[in-house]
Amino acid sequence: MNKKYIYLALIAFLIGGIVSLFASSSPDGLEKVAEDKGFIQTALDYPFQTLLPDYTFPVNNEYLATALAGTIGTVVVFLIILLAGKVLFPARPGAGT
Amino acid sequence: MHIPDGFLNSGTSGSLIVAAVGFLSLAVSRVRQGFFEKVRTATLATPEGAEFGSTTVAKLTSYGRNKMFRMAVVGAFVFAAQMVDFPVVHGTSGHLLGGVLAAILLGPWAGMLVIAAVLAVQSLMFADGGLVALGANIINMGVIGAVGGYYAYRFLFKRIKKVLPAAFIAAWLSVVVAASVCAVELSVSGTENLAQSFSAMAGIHALIGLGEGLITVMVLIGLKHKEKNNE
Repeated sequence: MNKKYIYLALIAFLIGGIVSLFASSSPDGLEKVAEDKGFIQTALDYPFQTLLPDYTFPVNNEYLATALAGTIGTVVVFLIILLAGKVLFPARPGAGT
Repeated sequence: MHIPDGFLNSGTSGSLIVAAVGFLSLAVSRVRQGFFEKVRTATLATPEGAEFGSTTVAKLTSYGRNKMFRMAVVGAFVFAAQMVDFPVVHGTSGHLLGGVLAAILLGPWAGMLVIAAVLAVQSLMFADGGLVALGANIINMGVIGAVGGYYAYRFLFKRIKKVLPAAFIAAWLSVVVAASVCAVELSVSGTENLAQSFSAMAGIHALIGLGEGLITVMVLIGLKHKEKNNE
């Protein structure tokens, strides 16, 4: 049962690290609508400096920048959900409180 | 469909943050119910089987442990797949939202939590989708996309009796409905009038939804997903 999910995890890392390089750089549906209807300029900058804005790792090569950002993001999401699971659903609830 | 800050007014973003927090806590409690079993442990027991002062404790089941791993994998997959913007019509791209996919694989509430986690990482780490707009994005893509999409899927599955067509239609529908709700949020915020934003958002996302349906079906085929009829 879990074997299939191990494959899915591997595919996720391949997509995040490699397939993501082939992503279209056109605006997405909402951005396009915002441009066409002329409210794109109402978008505000993000309130603080994030680690990897625009899915770009700070290296000189743009492909490497995307590949690293994609791989790091995929790993971070995986770990965050595992960690949140450990916190929200502890194996022995109440043991620590 | 990640709304940046500034598109929605503070009243709209604020109410949607409150709504999102409500749905998140509901989802956590619904998921928790499935993860634990009550185990009676006797504090004193005789060899004859008489027990004294027994207490019941909740214990995480192996199903729960297993499910957490699957949630993390699905989250990683949805994040990665969302990076791959595919071209739709000239000058416009779309990407997977993954709500219906996550919900079919994990159930509606676990699916919603996974999408919310993906959206939070995208916002906080990559500045994709606003911070104040995170509530709106969780409502649109997590609650409507995953929970709403899941019930659309169940409705269709009961009638069509086939996983893949039901999943395709529900995935398509989830994108179009999420986009329409996004249009409503934009108009409530006074950013754009409803008729304009609704036709533009629903129109382009009717095409993006086809990609959503296709990817959802491909992953379900890859995982050889079958429905247990006991839900």
